[in-house]
Amino acid sequence: QVEQVKLLDRFSTSNKSLTGTLYLTATHLLFIDSSQRETWILHHHIAAVEKLPLTTSGCPLVIQCKNFRIVHFVVPRERDCHDIYNSLLQLSRTAKYEELYAFSYNPKQNESEQVKGWQLIDLAEEYKRMGVPNAYWQLSDANRDYKICETYPRELYVPRTASKPIIVGSSKFRSKGRFPVLSYYHKNKEAAICRCSQPLSGFSARCLEDEHMLQAISKANPSNRYMYVMDTRPKLNAMANRAAGKGYENEDNYSNIRFQFVGIENIHVMRSSLQKLLEVSGTRGLSVNDFLSGLENSGWLRHVKAVLDAAVFLAKAIAVESASVLVHCSDGWDRTSQVCSLGALLLDSYYRTIKGFMVLIEKDWISFGHKFSDRCCQLDGDPKEISPVFTQFLESVWNLTEQFPQAFEYNEAFLLQIHEHVHSCQFGNFLGNCQKEREELKLKEKTYSLWPFLLAEQKKYQNPLYNPDFSPELTLLEPNTVSFNFKFWRNMYHQFDRSMHPRQSMLNLIMNTSEQNKQLEEDIKELEAKIKQRNGQSDVVLEKEQEQTAHPAPVALKTPPCFQKEQPPMPVNDAVRTIEGSNTADNRYSELVSEFSKAEPAVVSLEYGVARMTC
Amino acid sequence: MEFAELIKTPRADNVVLHRPFHPAVEGTLCLTGHHLIFSSRRQDNAEELWLLHSNIDSSEKRFVGSLGTIIIKCKDLRIIQLDIPGMEECLNIASSIEALSTLDSVTLMYPFFYRPMFEVLEDGWSSFLLEQEFELLSSVTNEWRLSCVNKEFSVCPSYPPLVIVPKCVDDEALRKVALFRHGGRFPVLSYYHKKNGMAMMRSSQPLTGTNGRRCKEDEKLINSTLRSGRRGFVIDTRPLNVAQQARAKGGGFEQEVHYPQWRRIHKYIERFNILQESFIKLVEACNDQSHNMDRWLSKLEASNWLTHIKELLTAACLAAQCIDREGASVLVHGSEGTDSTLQVTSLAQIILDPRCRTIRGFEALVVREWLQAGHPFQQRCAQSAYSNSKQKWEAPVFLLFLECVWQIHRQFPCSFEFNEQFLIMLFEHAYASQFGTFLGNNENERAKLKLPQKTMSLWSWVNRPEELTRFQNPLYEANSLVIWPSVAPQSLQLWEGVFLRWNRPSRFLEEAEEERINIIKYNKELQAKVNALRRQLAQLETDEESQEE
Repeated sequence: QVEQVKLLDRFSTSNKSLTGTLYLTATHLLFIDSSQRETWILHHHIAAVEKLPLTTSGCPLVIQCKNFRIVHFVVPRERDCHDIYNSLLQLSRTAKYEELYAFSYNPKQNESEQVKGWQLIDLAEEYKRMGVPNAYWQLSDANRDYKICETYPRELYVPRTASKPIIVGSSKFRSKGRFPVLSYYHKNKEAAICRCSQPLSGFSARCLEDEHMLQAISKANPSNRYMYVMDTRPKLNAMANRAAGKGYENEDNYSNIRFQFVGIENIHVMRSSLQKLLEVSGTRGLSVNDFLSGLENSGWLRHVKAVLDAAVFLAKAIAVESASVLVHCSDGWDRTSQVCSLGALLLDSYYRTIKGFMVLIEKDWISFGHKFSDRCCQLDGDPKEISPVFTQFLESVWNLTEQFPQAFEYNEAFLLQIHEHVHSCQFGNFLGNCQKEREELKLKEKTYSLWPFLLAEQKKYQNPLYNPDFSPELTLLEPNTVSFNFKFWRNMYHQFDRSMHPRQSMLNLIMNTSEQNKQLEEDIKELEAKIKQRNGQSDVVLEKEQEQTAHPAPVALKTPPCFQKEQPPMPVNDAVRTIEGSNTADNRYSELVSEFSKAEPAVVSLEYGVARMTC
Repeated sequence: MEFAELIKTPRADNVVLHRPFHPAVEGTLCLTGHHLIFSSRRQDNAEELWLLHSNIDSSEKRFVGSLGTIIIKCKDLRIIQLDIPGMEECLNIASSIEALSTLDSVTLMYPFFYRPMFEVLEDGWSSFLLEQEFELLSSVTNEWRLSCVNKEFSVCPSYPPLVIVPKCVDDEALRKVALFRHGGRFPVLSYYHKKNGMAMMRSSQPLTGTNGRRCKEDEKLINSTLRSGRRGFVIDTRPLNVAQQARAKGGGFEQEVHYPQWRRIHKYIERFNILQESFIKLVEACNDQSHNMDRWLSKLEASNWLTHIKELLTAACLAAQCIDREGASVLVHGSEGTDSTLQVTSLAQIILDPRCRTIRGFEALVVREWLQAGHPFQQRCAQSAYSNSKQKWEAPVFLLFLECVWQIHRQFPCSFEFNEQFLIMLFEHAYASQFGTFLGNNENERAKLKLPQKTMSLWSWVNRPEELTRFQNPLYEANSLVIWPSVAPQSLQLWEGVFLRWNRPSRFLEEAEEERINIIKYNKELQAKVNALRRQLAQLETDEESQEE
């Protein structure tokens, strides 16, 4: 515990600050300011801690978080600062999975609830929903013991005509043994999205089993004679891989394939791209042109567009041409996951529901071995393995929700919350790099699943504009991917910088109103019943009624409890976290007078007749 | 002149109309003196397009064989294409369009011919009189008076006949001050902040020249708005060096020696041709669907449009802050005081004054701070972003103001009584309209053209209850506070409703907006029903009680 610590406003140039006390707990860093507002920071969320040179007011400590929060403390005494710094360094770098928060997190669920929680998302059920197994596709037990591919799940769906020797042979010809398997099956078009890793073709190698495998996939689609093979990498990268004995499919060796590069950059490019973006958006006193040129130079939106373009290509191949598509990149767990899951999202409205989106993430990301642990740096490891691949996926989905405001059951808060927990290590779902690892960690016994918790508070994540009939079950969502449709995701990258958000949130207002409407409908039913009862019988117990009339107007719907007081169970929803900026709309301004005078960003300092507006 | 002379081919059949995101339609094209009318032939779904000639910014013709194509680019930024069979017809129509859309004489414009099909409930020409404004002011302060020194437009040709000035300054002094200010635009009251009694005035630059001329009356006039011992701020919308250079041409700025109680702040806002170029570049960027991401972002940046927005919002926040936070009076001017000055004063009022965020209040603001204050609409809005002729006086000054309002609106979506459509409607009518409101460059010209007698006012139409419903914001809830917008680049957005309006499919966004409105409407219905049922129940209860007694 350190007192008299100052929390600086990140974007203010006038060094505005809040003074308060800093507490260090086993799992969180907690700052309570003089007005008792709490800021909780989970140790696992800390991406970097930096101690800046001593200043007159104390020792500055800058903490960067994986959820893009950046806090700037000034600790009065250097020794305290040093202690905090060292503790945070240790606490934020975990060496073993067992030390992660998820293993100590106890949400007061009993064992059966815990088990039920893990059963909430059932992938076997999901494949059944898609319509497999069927005449063309079957469940393969080839990987039952993770013998063929360690990073795949046990249950894999393959064409019926792909015999075990073909599977084994094909897996040997694919990087990390990740042979082509079913990711999504489109019932109406009888076409499939399949995924794999790159072939070990080098400059000339070929593998008959692998060729048979692709043919089997192609034949499993009775409505089309050809299939697409999408290599999601830029052509140059794929060619370079040939020198290392890897590479891409030679169209001459595979019959009836249409090969296509789509040019999504690799994890290293994405990492540095986001880094550049954050540097720009974190600049104080940023000008519009610096922002736009920084946005351009970071390449971030270009990458997001590339991912979505690839997904559109995939979805169209299936929906328009009824052709099956095999998607791969290098290892088939980053770009492949992005493209397969987004493609399915465009094709199937189920994935645009809250439950369906959970299923999609479980299927294409968790079970198929997107390396969450490495990419999100859950354990202290190789920084070169870190990459915002999943964040990019969420951003692509957000872009779709912007273009189709009524097509999604979930709202932006849902995407942000998932992002939060991918990094929080509070729940077991995203721990580890693949299913095998998760089983070894006994996550289902020792940790809890995130999904039941999100479902329990799904009111917060519901899109009030959602129209379930927006698109009939299997009609394609066709986004417009002209560049101007892609926008900077302020609510993600400046989630915690309240001053940048609209002061009144339209989303919150509509959400509350829509929620209130449900309540009012109930009230009407109740009142009507009572009136009926009154009219029907004369002697009624009066007391009850009086109680009712004394009831205040139904309008008193409170804002979803401000995260402030909500400590664990979900401490991640900490004090300052407000997705849409301050809750002015909910409060209908009653409390805003003071809010304005405090948190107001536009401070003008009038010096020598030159005014500086800062924000 | 007869319009018929200009129309050699009044009608063409089998014309095909192309619009982005709409299927092509075949139909008949008719030209009238003021309209281009296209009607589809299909009986079932007769579609008509009425386009004012004055809305046409530029037109091009092309030929492939005998099939001619005319591409029409409108001032509201829409682009349509007409395929006209027959070389001669096409040539005739193209030249008619060219001629009719570039008529020189104001009195030939449509507003002079337009006869409304609706009953006028309230004459918009007299909806917003300064007398009413002054009456409101008099109820809170007696420091100001209404002066008719400019009755004949002789003191300042670009001012209205009536202005509000400090009570202690007489008309004689005003005449002297007018001689000391560019174009005779002496300081007048723009806004009075009831909360603390501070005033915002606007004027043009003082004519100090190189030898530092001064004018005692001018000093007295503006000093009279200061509380004893308090300072005021002069917000000059030019950078210091431009203001200094202006002295060589007889202009200048308030010098410290003569205005010791005033602190000068230079807050640069771009002018005229720079803004027009920016506008043209932005529209160009938005109209090219083929741009890859890098090119789009660099074009957006190169247009500088959002920079202008940010600068303007910042200046307005600054003025508002001086008044509300610093408790100081403010004088705003640039050179002429007809463009950037008005942008700043009107935006500051949006921030400070809840009344300006209502529909009527906003209309009053546009009338007071733009039309009566002498913003030269006719010059500025003569051409829009597709003009290829050499620019003269065109500049999207008013559009920038509207966009800034939109930016604030986005940040405070519940604080405005009007919606985005209202702002877009004003943009359209400023550039081309059947109403006379935006004709002329100032009240003097409007009086000479007898606009109130000869044309219909936009406000007569907008303020009809049927029309108003289209412009109301269902989320509106009166907010009496000062609203401070964020001006961080991350908080600003491209105004898609104007710039991407014709470039993207908008169906889903419109439907979502409808759904939002429905949710709010439904809420009101439910509330009313609950209340009615409650009353009914209470009534039943009292009845029963009395029975029991």
